[in-house]
Amino acid sequence: MHELTIMKNVVSICEQNAAGSRVTSVTLDVGELSGIVPGALEFCFDSCTKGTLLEGASLKIIIIEPQVRCNGCKALFGARAYHDSCPECGGFDIEILFGEELRVKELEVV
Amino acid sequence: MCTTCGCPTVGEHSHDHDHGHDHSHDHTHTHDDHHHGDGHHHHHEHPTPSQAGQTRTISVETDILDRNNRLAATNRLLFASQGIFTLNLVSSPGSGKTTLLERTLRELGGKVRCAVIEGDQQTDNDAQRIAATGVQVKQINTGAGCHLDAHMILHAAADFDLASLDLLFIENVGNLVCPASFDLGENHKVAVLSVTEGEDKPLKYPHMFHAADVMILNKIDLLPHLTFEVDKCREMALRVNPNITIIEVSAQTGEGMDRWYAWLSQGMADARSKKA
Repeated sequence: MHELTIMKNVVSICEQNAAGSRVTSVTLDVGELSGIVPGALEFCFDSCTKGTLLEGASLKIIIIEPQVRCNGCKALFGARAYHDSCPECGGFDIEILFGEELRVKELEVV
Repeated sequence: MCTTCGCPTVGEHSHDHDHGHDHSHDHTHTHDDHHHGDGHHHHHEHPTPSQAGQTRTISVETDILDRNNRLAATNRLLFASQGIFTLNLVSSPGSGKTTLLERTLRELGGKVRCAVIEGDQQTDNDAQRIAATGVQVKQINTGAGCHLDAHMILHAAADFDLASLDLLFIENVGNLVCPASFDLGENHKVAVLSVTEGEDKPLKYPHMFHAADVMILNKIDLLPHLTFEVDKCREMALRVNPNITIIEVSAQTGEGMDRWYAWLSQGMADARSKKA
Protein backbone atom coordinates (compact mmCIF):
# COMPACT_ATOMS: atom_id res chain seq x y z
CA MET A 1 0.00 0.00 0.00
CA HIS A 2 2.71 2.49 -0.97
CA GLU A 3 -0.03 4.50 -2.69
CA LEU A 4 -0.56 6.16 0.71
CA THR A 5 3.05 7.40 0.72
CA ILE A 6 2.66 8.42 -2.91
CA MET A 7 -0.51 10.41 -2.17
CA LYS A 8 1.14 12.18 0.79
CA ASN A 9 3.91 13.22 -1.59
CA VAL A 10 1.31 14.46 -4.09
CA VAL A 11 -0.28 16.64 -1.39
CA SER A 12 3.14 17.99 -0.37
CA ILE A 13 4.11 18.86 -3.98
CA CYS A 14 0.70 20.49 -4.60
CA GLU A 15 0.84 22.58 -1.45
CA GLN A 16 4.30 23.86 -2.33
CA ASN A 17 3.17 24.82 -5.82
CA ALA A 18 -0.18 26.26 -4.74
CA ALA A 19 1.65 28.62 -2.37
CA GLY A 20 -1.35 29.28 -0.19
CA SER A 21 -4.10 29.17 -2.84
CA ARG A 22 -6.91 26.65 -2.54
CA VAL A 23 -6.50 23.74 -4.94
CA THR A 24 -9.66 22.72 -6.82
CA SER A 25 -8.21 20.05 -9.10
CA VAL A 26 -5.08 17.90 -9.34
CA THR A 27 -3.97 16.06 -12.48
CA LEU A 28 -1.51 13.17 -12.27
CA ASP A 29 0.32 11.26 -14.99
CA VAL A 30 0.51 7.58 -14.04
CA GLY A 31 2.28 5.09 -16.30
CA GLU A 32 0.91 1.56 -16.49
CA LEU A 33 4.36 0.26 -15.52
CA SER A 34 4.80 2.64 -12.57
CA GLY A 35 3.80 -0.01 -10.04
CA ILE A 36 0.95 2.15 -8.81
CA VAL A 37 -2.73 1.21 -8.68
CA PRO A 38 -4.80 4.26 -9.73
CA GLY A 39 -7.81 3.01 -7.75
CA ALA A 40 -5.72 2.89 -4.58
CA LEU A 41 -4.62 6.49 -5.19
CA GLU A 42 -8.25 7.54 -5.55
CA PHE A 43 -9.14 5.58 -2.43
CA CYS A 44 -6.74 7.50 -0.17
CA PHE A 45 -7.11 10.94 -1.83
CA ASP A 46 -9.85 12.24 0.48
CA SER A 47 -8.15 11.18 3.71
CA CYS A 48 -4.75 12.54 2.62
CA THR A 49 -6.16 15.91 1.52
CA LYS A 50 -8.30 16.50 4.59
CA GLY A 51 -7.26 19.69 6.37
CA THR A 52 -4.91 20.72 3.53
CA LEU A 53 -5.15 23.23 0.67
CA LEU A 54 -6.45 20.32 -1.42
CA GLU A 55 -9.47 19.50 0.71
CA GLY A 56 -12.50 19.08 -1.57
CA ALA A 57 -10.38 19.07 -4.75
CA SER A 58 -11.01 16.64 -7.59
CA LEU A 59 -8.40 14.11 -8.71
CA LYS A 60 -7.76 13.39 -12.39
CA ILE A 61 -5.47 10.52 -13.36
CA ILE A 62 -4.09 10.29 -16.88
CA ILE A 63 -3.01 6.71 -17.59
CA ILE A 64 0.04 6.52 -19.84
CA GLU A 65 0.32 3.37 -21.94
CA PRO A 66 3.79 1.89 -22.22
CA GLN A 67 5.85 2.45 -25.35
CA VAL A 68 9.01 0.36 -25.60
CA ARG A 69 11.94 -0.31 -27.92
CA CYS A 70 13.39 -3.74 -28.58
CA ASN A 71 17.12 -3.70 -27.85
CA GLY A 72 17.55 -6.61 -30.25
CA CYS A 73 15.95 -5.39 -33.50
CA LYS A 74 15.16 -1.77 -32.46
CA ALA A 75 11.43 -2.17 -33.22
CA LEU A 76 9.10 0.24 -31.40
CA PHE A 77 5.90 -1.18 -29.94
CA GLY A 78 3.31 -0.84 -27.21
CA ALA A 79 3.63 -3.21 -24.26
CA ARG A 80 1.48 -4.00 -21.26
CA ALA A 81 4.09 -5.69 -19.06
CA TYR A 82 7.84 -6.02 -18.54
CA HIS A 83 7.75 -9.56 -19.90
CA ASP A 84 6.01 -8.70 -23.19
CA SER A 85 8.10 -9.91 -26.10
CA CYS A 86 8.94 -8.01 -29.25
CA PRO A 87 6.33 -8.67 -31.98
CA GLU A 88 9.07 -8.45 -34.63
CA CYS A 89 11.85 -10.68 -33.30
CA GLY A 90 10.35 -12.30 -30.18
CA GLY A 91 13.10 -10.93 -27.90
CA PHE A 92 12.49 -9.91 -24.29
CA ASP A 93 15.25 -7.31 -23.99
CA ILE A 94 13.18 -4.15 -24.13
CA GLU A 95 13.81 -0.56 -23.14
CA ILE A 96 10.92 1.36 -21.63
CA LEU A 97 10.45 4.73 -23.36
CA PHE A 98 7.13 5.70 -21.74
CA GLY A 99 4.91 4.04 -19.17
CA GLU A 100 6.82 4.39 -15.89
CA GLU A 101 5.69 7.99 -15.24
CA LEU A 102 4.52 9.02 -11.83
CA ARG A 103 4.17 12.77 -11.65
CA VAL A 104 1.99 15.69 -10.70
CA LYS A 105 1.12 17.23 -14.05
CA GLU A 106 -0.87 20.31 -13.11
CA LEU A 107 -3.10 21.97 -10.55
CA GLU A 108 -6.06 24.22 -10.72
CA VAL A 109 -6.15 26.78 -7.93
CA VAL A 110 -8.60 29.46 -6.99
CA MET B 1 17.82 20.68 12.30
CA CYS B 2 19.38 18.32 9.78
CA THR B 3 21.29 20.40 7.25
CA THR B 4 20.99 17.74 4.54
CA CYS B 5 17.26 17.22 4.36
CA GLY B 6 15.89 19.96 6.61
CA CYS B 7 14.01 17.65 8.98
CA PRO B 8 13.83 18.86 12.57
CA THR B 9 15.86 16.18 14.33
CA VAL B 10 18.55 13.68 13.48
CA GLY B 11 18.65 10.17 14.83
CA GLU B 12 15.88 8.21 16.54
CA HIS B 13 12.71 9.26 14.82
CA SER B 14 10.39 7.50 12.48
CA HIS B 15 7.53 9.90 11.95
CA ASP B 16 6.53 11.12 8.54
CA HIS B 17 7.97 14.49 7.64
CA ASP B 18 5.49 15.23 4.93
CA HIS B 19 3.23 17.17 7.27
CA GLY B 20 2.28 20.76 6.69
CA HIS B 21 2.79 23.23 9.50
CA ASP B 22 1.79 26.81 9.38
CA HIS B 23 3.94 28.75 11.78
CA SER B 24 5.22 32.26 11.89
CA HIS B 25 8.86 33.09 11.22
CA ASP B 26 10.86 36.11 12.20
CA HIS B 27 12.94 35.74 9.06
CA THR B 28 12.10 36.25 5.42
CA HIS B 29 11.97 33.71 2.62
CA THR B 30 12.71 34.12 -1.04
CA HIS B 31 10.29 32.68 -3.56
CA ASP B 32 12.64 29.68 -3.93
CA ASP B 33 11.72 28.62 -0.43
CA HIS B 34 8.51 27.25 -1.79
CA HIS B 35 10.44 24.55 -3.58
CA HIS B 36 12.85 23.30 -0.98
CA GLY B 37 12.68 19.58 -0.54
CA ASP B 38 12.03 19.05 3.14
CA GLY B 39 8.28 18.65 2.90
CA HIS B 40 7.58 21.66 5.08
CA HIS B 41 5.41 24.33 3.62
CA HIS B 42 5.50 28.04 4.09
CA HIS B 43 2.52 29.97 2.95
CA HIS B 44 3.03 33.56 1.94
CA GLU B 45 1.07 36.41 0.53
CA HIS B 46 1.92 36.92 -3.12
CA PRO B 47 2.06 40.32 -4.75
CA THR B 48 -0.48 39.35 -7.42
CA PRO B 49 -3.03 37.00 -5.88
CA SER B 50 -5.71 35.63 -8.19
CA GLN B 51 -9.06 37.34 -7.97
CA ALA B 52 -11.74 35.71 -5.87
CA GLY B 53 -13.41 32.80 -7.67
CA GLN B 54 -11.04 32.90 -10.64
CA THR B 55 -9.45 29.55 -11.40
CA ARG B 56 -5.95 29.34 -12.79
CA THR B 57 -3.87 26.37 -13.87
CA ILE B 58 -0.38 25.79 -12.55
CA SER B 59 1.84 23.47 -14.59
CA VAL B 60 3.80 21.35 -12.11
CA GLU B 61 5.39 18.40 -14.00
CA THR B 62 7.11 17.13 -10.85
CA ASP B 63 7.93 13.48 -10.22
CA ILE B 64 5.90 12.32 -7.23
CA LEU B 65 8.97 10.57 -5.82
CA ASP B 66 11.14 13.63 -6.45
CA ARG B 67 11.99 14.20 -2.79
CA ASN B 68 12.88 10.54 -2.20
CA ASN B 69 14.93 10.45 -5.40
CA ARG B 70 16.89 13.54 -4.43
CA LEU B 71 17.67 12.12 -0.99
CA ALA B 72 18.64 8.82 -2.64
CA ALA B 73 21.04 10.73 -4.91
CA THR B 74 22.52 12.33 -1.78
CA ASN B 75 22.98 8.88 -0.21
CA ARG B 76 24.53 7.51 -3.41
CA LEU B 77 27.06 10.35 -3.56
CA LEU B 78 27.87 9.91 0.13
CA PHE B 79 28.47 6.16 -0.21
CA ALA B 80 30.44 6.59 -3.45
CA SER B 81 32.65 9.25 -1.87
CA GLN B 82 33.67 6.68 0.76
CA GLY B 83 34.06 3.85 -1.76
CA ILE B 84 31.28 1.84 -0.09
CA PHE B 85 29.46 -0.89 -2.06
CA THR B 86 25.81 -0.66 -0.99
CA LEU B 87 23.16 -3.31 -1.59
CA ASN B 88 19.41 -3.18 -1.00
CA LEU B 89 18.14 -6.71 -0.26
CA VAL B 90 14.51 -7.16 -1.20
CA SER B 91 12.23 -10.19 -1.08
CA SER B 92 8.99 -11.56 0.23
CA PRO B 93 8.97 -12.38 3.97
CA GLY B 94 10.71 -15.64 4.79
CA SER B 95 12.95 -15.95 1.71
CA GLY B 96 16.02 -16.15 3.92
CA LYS B 97 17.51 -12.64 3.61
CA THR B 98 18.67 -12.58 7.22
CA THR B 99 20.14 -16.10 7.05
CA LEU B 100 21.96 -15.14 3.84
CA LEU B 101 23.34 -12.06 5.60
CA GLU B 102 24.36 -13.98 8.72
CA ARG B 103 26.40 -16.50 6.75
CA THR B 104 27.86 -13.79 4.49
CA LEU B 105 28.92 -11.66 7.46
CA ARG B 106 30.40 -14.64 9.34
CA GLU B 107 32.34 -15.83 6.29
CA LEU B 108 33.52 -12.41 5.14
CA GLY B 109 34.09 -11.10 8.67
CA GLY B 110 37.64 -10.01 9.26
CA LYS B 111 38.34 -9.60 5.54
CA VAL B 112 35.64 -7.03 4.75
CA ARG B 113 34.39 -4.14 6.86
CA CYS B 114 30.58 -4.43 6.85
CA ALA B 115 27.54 -2.75 8.35
CA VAL B 116 23.84 -3.57 8.09
CA ILE B 117 20.69 -1.45 8.14
CA GLU B 118 17.73 -3.64 9.09
CA GLY B 119 14.21 -2.69 8.04
CA ASP B 120 11.17 -4.33 9.59
CA GLN B 121 7.69 -3.20 10.47
CA GLN B 122 8.06 -4.36 14.08
CA THR B 123 10.67 -6.02 16.37
CA ASP B 124 14.45 -5.98 16.26
CA ASN B 125 14.70 -9.78 15.98
CA ASP B 126 16.73 -9.67 12.78
CA ALA B 127 18.99 -6.89 14.08
CA GLN B 128 19.80 -9.08 17.09
CA ARG B 129 20.74 -11.95 14.78
CA ILE B 130 23.03 -9.64 12.79
CA ALA B 131 24.56 -8.16 15.95
CA ALA B 132 25.42 -11.72 17.09
CA THR B 133 27.78 -11.99 14.10
CA GLY B 134 29.77 -9.07 15.51
CA VAL B 135 28.82 -6.72 12.67
CA GLN B 136 27.42 -3.29 13.48
CA VAL B 137 23.71 -2.98 12.75
CA LYS B 138 21.09 -0.24 12.84
CA GLN B 139 17.41 -1.16 13.12
CA ILE B 140 14.66 0.84 11.41
CA ASN B 141 11.08 -0.01 12.40
CA THR B 142 8.65 1.32 9.84
CA GLY B 143 5.54 0.69 11.98
CA ALA B 144 2.79 0.22 9.43
CA GLY B 145 5.09 1.25 6.57
CA CYS B 146 5.64 -1.30 3.82
CA HIS B 147 9.06 -0.13 2.58
CA LEU B 148 12.19 1.78 3.52
CA ASP B 149 12.77 5.18 1.95
CA ALA B 150 15.88 7.23 1.24
CA HIS B 151 15.27 9.55 4.16
CA MET B 152 15.35 6.67 6.64
CA ILE B 153 18.63 5.44 5.13
CA LEU B 154 20.18 8.91 5.24
CA HIS B 155 19.73 9.07 9.00
CA ALA B 156 20.47 5.41 9.75
CA ALA B 157 23.76 5.69 7.86
CA ALA B 158 24.73 8.67 10.00
CA ASP B 159 25.17 6.22 12.91
CA PHE B 160 28.08 4.49 11.16
CA ASP B 161 31.64 5.64 10.65
CA LEU B 162 31.32 5.47 6.85
CA ALA B 163 35.03 6.04 6.28
CA SER B 164 35.67 2.65 7.88
CA LEU B 165 33.23 0.64 5.70
CA ASP B 166 33.62 -1.41 2.51
CA LEU B 167 30.18 -2.97 2.28
CA LEU B 168 26.77 -1.77 3.46
CA PHE B 169 23.77 -4.09 3.37
CA ILE B 170 20.25 -2.72 3.64
CA GLU B 171 17.72 -5.44 4.45
CA ASN B 172 14.41 -4.03 3.27
CA VAL B 173 10.98 -4.82 4.68
CA GLY B 174 9.80 -8.24 3.43
CA ASN B 175 7.56 -7.18 0.53
CA LEU B 176 7.91 -7.81 -3.20
CA VAL B 177 5.79 -4.81 -4.21
CA CYS B 178 6.40 -1.42 -2.58
CA PRO B 179 10.21 -1.42 -2.08
CA ALA B 180 10.59 -1.62 -5.89
CA SER B 181 9.47 2.00 -6.20
CA PHE B 182 11.86 3.55 -3.66
CA ASP B 183 15.47 4.25 -4.56
CA LEU B 184 17.57 4.26 -1.39
CA GLY B 185 20.85 5.29 -3.02
CA GLU B 186 22.07 1.68 -3.29
CA ASN B 187 24.40 0.35 -6.01
CA HIS B 188 22.07 -2.57 -6.68
CA LYS B 189 18.80 -4.07 -5.59
CA VAL B 190 19.33 -7.76 -4.85
CA ALA B 191 16.11 -9.79 -4.99
CA VAL B 192 16.17 -12.93 -2.87
CA LEU B 193 13.76 -15.65 -4.00
CA SER B 194 13.52 -18.99 -2.21
CA VAL B 195 12.63 -22.17 -4.02
CA THR B 196 9.69 -22.79 -1.66
CA GLU B 197 7.86 -19.77 -3.13
CA GLY B 198 7.11 -21.01 -6.64
CA GLU B 199 9.03 -20.41 -9.85
CA ASP B 200 6.65 -17.81 -11.28
CA LYS B 201 7.39 -15.08 -8.68
CA PRO B 202 9.30 -12.94 -11.25
CA LEU B 203 6.23 -12.79 -13.48
CA LYS B 204 3.88 -12.21 -10.56
CA TYR B 205 5.99 -9.35 -9.14
CA PRO B 206 7.64 -7.99 -12.29
CA HIS B 207 8.43 -4.52 -10.96
CA MET B 208 10.74 -5.91 -8.32
CA PHE B 209 12.59 -8.32 -10.60
CA HIS B 210 12.84 -5.61 -13.27
CA ALA B 211 14.32 -3.19 -10.72
CA ALA B 212 16.82 -5.72 -9.33
CA ASP B 213 20.20 -6.44 -10.90
CA VAL B 214 20.70 -9.73 -9.09
CA MET B 215 18.37 -12.57 -8.16
CA ILE B 216 19.60 -14.86 -5.40
CA LEU B 217 17.77 -18.18 -5.70
CA ASN B 218 17.97 -19.38 -2.10
CA LYS B 219 17.26 -22.66 -0.26
CA ILE B 220 18.40 -24.86 -3.17
CA ASP B 221 19.17 -27.57 -0.59
CA LEU B 222 15.38 -28.12 -0.47
CA LEU B 223 15.02 -28.79 -4.22
CA PRO B 224 14.94 -32.61 -3.85
CA HIS B 225 11.76 -32.25 -1.77
CA LEU B 226 9.96 -29.81 -4.08
CA THR B 227 8.53 -29.61 -7.59
CA PHE B 228 10.23 -26.23 -8.17
CA GLU B 229 11.74 -26.04 -11.68
CA VAL B 230 14.91 -23.95 -11.56
CA ASP B 231 15.21 -23.60 -15.35
CA LYS B 232 11.64 -22.33 -15.61
CA CYS B 233 12.28 -19.80 -12.85
CA ARG B 234 15.48 -18.57 -14.52
CA GLU B 235 13.62 -18.18 -17.83
CA MET B 236 10.83 -16.16 -16.20
CA ALA B 237 13.30 -13.89 -14.41
CA LEU B 238 15.20 -13.29 -17.66
CA ARG B 239 11.96 -12.47 -19.47
CA VAL B 240 11.24 -9.65 -17.01
CA ASN B 241 14.88 -8.58 -16.87
CA PRO B 242 17.24 -9.99 -19.53
CA ASN B 243 20.26 -8.51 -17.73
CA ILE B 244 19.59 -9.96 -14.28
CA THR B 245 22.42 -12.00 -12.71
CA ILE B 246 21.10 -15.20 -11.13
CA ILE B 247 23.02 -16.85 -8.30
CA GLU B 248 21.78 -20.15 -6.85
CA VAL B 249 22.67 -20.67 -3.20
CA SER B 250 21.73 -22.34 0.02
CA ALA B 251 22.48 -19.91 2.82
CA GLN B 252 21.78 -22.82 5.17
CA THR B 253 24.39 -25.25 3.82
CA GLY B 254 26.72 -22.75 2.13
CA GLU B 255 26.30 -24.29 -1.34
CA GLY B 256 26.83 -21.76 -4.11
CA MET B 257 27.90 -18.97 -1.74
CA ASP B 258 31.31 -18.70 -3.44
CA ARG B 259 29.72 -17.20 -6.53
CA TRP B 260 27.87 -14.65 -4.36
CA TYR B 261 31.15 -13.71 -2.66
CA ALA B 262 32.88 -13.38 -6.03
CA TRP B 263 30.13 -11.03 -7.19
CA LEU B 264 30.42 -9.00 -3.96
CA SER B 265 34.18 -8.86 -4.30
CA GLN B 266 33.96 -7.49 -7.84
CA GLY B 267 31.40 -4.88 -6.75
CA MET B 268 33.53 -3.76 -3.82
CA ALA B 269 36.59 -3.45 -6.06
CA ASP B 270 34.59 -1.30 -8.50
CA ALA B 271 33.26 0.90 -5.67
CA ARG B 272 36.75 1.35 -4.25
CA SER B 273 38.24 2.23 -7.63
CA LYS B 274 35.56 4.88 -8.21
CA LYS B 275 36.07 6.47 -4.79
CA ALA B 276 36.08 10.21 -5.34
